This record gives sequence, structure tokens and C-alpha cells, in this order.
Amino acid sequence: MASGKEIRTQINSVQNTQKITRAMEMVAASKMRKAQDRMAASRPYADKMRAVINHLAFAHSEYKHAYLEERDVKRVGFIIISSDRGLCGGLNNNLFRKTLNEIQEWQGKNIDVDLCTIGSKATGFFKAVSDIKASATHLGDTPGITDLIGTVKVMLDAYDNGEIDRLFVVYNRFVNTMTQDPTVLQMLPVMQAEEDKELVHHWDYIYEPDAKDVLDGLLVRYIESQVYQGVIENIACEMGARMVAMKAASDNAGDLIGDLQLVYNKARQAAITQELSEIVAGAAAV
Amino acid sequence: MAMTMHVDIVSAETELYSGVAEVVIAPAVMGEVGIYPRHTPLLTPLKPGEVRITKQGGEEEAIYVSGGMMEVQPGTVTILSDTAVRAHDLDEAAAMEAKQAAEEAIANREGEMEIAEAQAKLLEAVAQLQMIENLRRKTR
Repeated sequence: MASGKEIRTQINSVQNTQKITRAMEMVAASKMRKAQDRMAASRPYADKMRAVINHLAFAHSEYKHAYLEERDVKRVGFIIISSDRGLCGGLNNNLFRKTLNEIQEWQGKNIDVDLCTIGSKATGFFKAVSDIKASATHLGDTPGITDLIGTVKVMLDAYDNGEIDRLFVVYNRFVNTMTQDPTVLQMLPVMQAEEDKELVHHWDYIYEPDAKDVLDGLLVRYIESQVYQGVIENIACEMGARMVAMKAASDNAGDLIGDLQLVYNKARQAAITQELSEIVAGAAAV
Repeated sequence: MAMTMHVDIVSAETELYSGVAEVVIAPAVMGEVGIYPRHTPLLTPLKPGEVRITKQGGEEEAIYVSGGMMEVQPGTVTILSDTAVRAHDLDEAAAMEAKQAAEEAIANREGEMEIAEAQAKLLEAVAQLQMIENLRRKTR
């Protein structure tokens, strides 16, 4: 059995670990609240944007934009959103597994995939899987839409040039603190949404200066806002998952300390008993 | 009473204005436009500038937008404001940067991502060792 001193040091080291995990848990909790606030703040834009795009789908425009039309699928693109840092349980791995399944499904149909990653975990993981067209990492806890323009543009250019025929975004959807839902969302071509009764009659917008410029600008912004919303939600998910993982780690450390304490007490008692019996035996021998 | 319409001004990072208004004057790229209720559907980009809203009752409010998009429906005006300064060249540069980042990540095999991965594996191994040790101690 290990000696008392050895166990003591072990207990101390576990206690130190517990302090760290507890601190991380609290940091994650406060960051999650902020991330949730940001998510709520950016939701109106995403909602309005979706509403406008929805209206657009019902406008009987003479100009048909490429982003609104289905075409034969020869190659697909994925934008994968992950966290920059680990220690957040199975968050990233669940997402990657789902993405891999999706990719394999396409490859099974002899359709190749192009990848674009946001977050260093995804970059690290997927560079072994396939070519990465573009990546953005180290966006921090408060990314701006500016940080994403470049990555999104690479994929949109690929779509414009006919290199990819469909574009998906993969991210963790925030359900609540305990639950994160890995989600694959089709971005391009833009999906038709539910019908609005007021808009079924024949009408069209006035486009100024002309339909092509206006729609280009609008649809690019639409995609960016959707990706941005994904990034923001993924950060809230990351913090939630980290909080839960760190709480579990702290609890485990507590159990470990309890067990070690018991062993330590037993060892101490054994040493005392042995010492006493030695003294008694010594006295009896005299 | 004057007719009103619903006006929403939002940017990617926050909601700037939401409420009813009698008139909205916005800096469209082709020149300033004034929108009254029951305007025909209109879709236009905006220049950076001031959006002036005449609220119900005649009170005016001005909001600065750094460009964006405006959608007009007979009963609603929606302004999607940009937060970033947009220009074709700037977007192009950002795209180049993103491509470069990807190439670097692929070329750089011993980058910090590898270290992070190794660290995660190490932590896992340590946890497993500890568990085994624990079990041994209990069975003894």
C-alpha cells in the first residue's frame, strides 16, 4: 500500500486540477450568457433577411439569379463551423462525425466535396480528410461579420464559377445549455419557404439600379448573415458544452479526492496500529 | 390621422429601430428616396448615410447606416444595414486571406493544432491511467 506522504501529494494534485476545472466552468458559464445575448441581438437581422428572401422567391422577376435555381449536382461545398479550442466534451467530435457521414453519402454517389472550415478544430480535423479551400481561425468570442466575408466569398465564387452546385453549412444549433444539435443546412440554392397568402398575386419589385446588382448584393449578404448566425450559435454551444464538461470533471475530481482520502486514512491508521503493537510487543519482551 | 407603415432597421449585430412611421427618407444608391405608406415594392442598395424617420405624430429620428439594403412593401419598410465597409476589392482581399490561411494550415503539420490534439490525447491517457490505478487499489 502506498505510503501516507505519497497519497497526500496525489490528493493535492487532484485538488489543484479541480480548482482549474471549477474556474473554467465558471468562466464558460459567464461567457455562455454573453454569447446567448449576442445570439439574440443578431437574430432580428437574420429573421428580416430571411423574410426579404422569402418575399423575393414570390416576386415574378424576369431576371433569375443563379442562387435561386436548382442545377445538376456534380460537386458540393461544405462550410464547417467548429470551435477554436477543445475541452468542451464531444461537441466538435459529434459535429465532425455527422459531417463525415454526410460527405461519405455524397462520395457514395460519386460526387466530390469541397470544404471550407471556420475554427481551428475543424481545420485540424478535416485537412486529413480532404482539401480545404478556405479557412478562418481564431475569431475569438466576439466575431464580426467582417471576419467571415473572405471565407464565404471563396465558396460563393466557387458556386458562381460552377465548381460547386450546392452549398451546405454545418454547425451546432443551440437548443439549451445541455443540448447542442449538430445541424447541416442547405445554403445554395436558396430553399423555397412556406407560402405567404398576401404575395401570391403577380407582382415584382422595382430594382434600383438593376435587378442583377441588387440581387447579387442581397443574396451574398443573406448567405453571410446565415453563416454568421451559425458561428454565433456555435460559440454559445461551445460555452455550454464546456460548462457541462468542466462540471463533470470537477465532480469526478471530488470523487477521486474522496477515495484517496479514505485510502490515506486507512494507511495512517495502519501505521499507528503497527507502531502501537511494536511498542506493546517491545514492552512485553522486557 | 396620417397613414403609417411599419419600419424595421436592423444590422447584423443589433436591432436599430422598430416601430411605425409616416415617412422614411433613405440614401439609396441612385439618390435619396422618400417612402410613404402604400409604396410599390422596391428593392435597392443603400449608400452610407442618414435614414430619417418621421414617426407617428411628426417627431423625427435620424439613424446612421453604413450602407446596406432596403426592401419596401406596401405596409413595411425593412432596412438591412451593413456593419462592415464593403467594396469589391476589400472582399477580394479577404477571400485571398482565407485561402492562404487554409494553405498554411495544411502545410504546417507541426502547428499548434497538432500540439492541441496531442495535449487532448495526453489528458485522456492520464485519465485512463488514473482510473486503472484506482481500480487496482480498490481490488487490493
